[in-house]
Amino acid sequence: MADPEIKSYEPHHESQSAAVTESRPVRWVVMGTAFVFLAVFLLLPLIVVFHEALAKGIGAYTEALSGPDTRSAIRLTLLVAAISVPLNVIFGISAAWAIAKFEFKGKAFLTTLIDLPFSVSPVISGLVYVLLFGAQGLLGEWLRAHGIVILFAVPGIVLATIFVTFPFVARELIPLMQEQGNGDEEAALSLGATGWQAFWYVTLPNVKWGLLYGVLLCNARAMGEFGAVSVVSGHIRGLTNTMPLHVEILYNEYNAVGAFAVASLLAGLALVTLVLKTLLEMRYGAEIAATRGH
Amino acid sequence: MTTAPAKAGWRFRQPSVIPGFGLTLGFSLAYLTLIILIPLSGLVWRSAALGWADFWAIAVDRRTLNALKISFGTAFLAAAVNVVFGTIVAWVLVRYRFPGRRIADAMVDLPFALPTAVAGIALTTLYAPNGWIGQLLMPLGIKVAYTPLGIVIALVFIGLPFVVRTVQPIMEEIDKEVEEAAATLGANRFQIITRVLFPGLAPAIITGFSLAFARGVGEYGSVIFIAGNLPFKSEIAPLLIVIRLEEYNYEAATAIAAIMLALSFLMLLVVNLVQTWSRKRYG
Repeated sequence: MADPEIKSYEPHHESQSAAVTESRPVRWVVMGTAFVFLAVFLLLPLIVVFHEALAKGIGAYTEALSGPDTRSAIRLTLLVAAISVPLNVIFGISAAWAIAKFEFKGKAFLTTLIDLPFSVSPVISGLVYVLLFGAQGLLGEWLRAHGIVILFAVPGIVLATIFVTFPFVARELIPLMQEQGNGDEEAALSLGATGWQAFWYVTLPNVKWGLLYGVLLCNARAMGEFGAVSVVSGHIRGLTNTMPLHVEILYNEYNAVGAFAVASLLAGLALVTLVLKTLLEMRYGAEIAATRGH
Repeated sequence: MTTAPAKAGWRFRQPSVIPGFGLTLGFSLAYLTLIILIPLSGLVWRSAALGWADFWAIAVDRRTLNALKISFGTAFLAAAVNVVFGTIVAWVLVRYRFPGRRIADAMVDLPFALPTAVAGIALTTLYAPNGWIGQLLMPLGIKVAYTPLGIVIALVFIGLPFVVRTVQPIMEEIDKEVEEAAATLGANRFQIITRVLFPGLAPAIITGFSLAFARGVGEYGSVIFIAGNLPFKSEIAPLLIVIRLEEYNYEAATAIAAIMLALSFLMLLVVNLVQTWSRKRYG
């Protein structure tokens, strides 16, 4: 259970003969339906974010973004992503190395476990940490006695974010490295390279675009996660409010310009992610997409 | 791997000249265990510790049942809508050439990239009675925001790329010659689509449906803004978990979470069975 594969598509070159395509009116209706659907469900929500953010002019927009609570929400979101994305990158590379380069028992099961966070509701992803670290949690007493704060603080937010973004890098790299096989590394090793050198100079350059692709998706989710973080954050303004949580608070206070101003930054991030993703697929599609699809 | 160990006896892994197996597998397992497995088994342990009677009492509580019904019902509807329109979108992207196709294709991934809270407030603003779409629907007597219909709209947004991105690659692979053969044998376009193309796409459509459905059942961020969150009417199960947590009712939160997980896994199982059946049937 996971996000479906994302890849780029090359146009068909065959001529469209009448027998294997729809008649012109049918084609127009089908295309019209698709366009209206995409416009209503994808384009309009995106436009409305920027429209509402700028509803009271550019001055109100920049003012909404310069408040101290907004600033600290932006800082926290960047901090959380800066911790959780690299950790998941290390895990992703490590898991891909073990799974793609070796044959061992239980490999398929391990791969399934890695995808597990995708099939769990974000709220449940947060809940499991509350059950573990909360006041009534399994470790709650012990943590309190030792003065360690995890829940309703930055460590809890980081943990919940790592949980929901856990599979992104790994599931990008595993099929890629499996497809590339062991030949290059074996050649490097036989020429006297150490394991590290083989990884650093052979494997990493081979998978760099796929890795970047995974990092991109992982980062977008890390910065945008709402449900899991909401459960563990405690919503303390200026301290444990990430940008998506700040959007919620401002919105519930009927501060539409403020909420949509912060939302516009996140929407901007989403657009940048989509553009980079599309560029990667167009330029390096063969290296990242050809290997995908189970 | 299947034949060699018979002679060599049971072996955990095949020999290899590549180093680093212990390090990478060890680290991966440790990280997986700490971040995912221990916390998740904590949930299982806590709900097992509840005892059957308490668990059952929470499960059949009217509010719990209604929340589960709303979550699963709206997710089902939204996934069904996405199967229809997602397949049409995939068809248009694969088969038709038009200016801006690349952009339309890239846009399909927007729900993956856009934070759910942003989607939530944007959709609510659009469908509110004074919103761009809401005010068009108002005279028709259709209320979307703050009703279960709003939940469906949010879940359609969230689920769309799951259907498109599972169906699209399979459509790409369809061999035109099959269609041409059907056409030369006298089938009309409608027959070709329903009899020739659809059976090949069915497994992908089912997968897309189940992915969108599973995501919809657990979705929280985009829904809570547009739902109105009225108990018994438009309160989704993930929200009820949050409410119970805020009441420090860990037992109820745990039980509802356990039920959701169990139902989701059950559904996955059913989908896998249907998949196998449809592969055999149309394979």
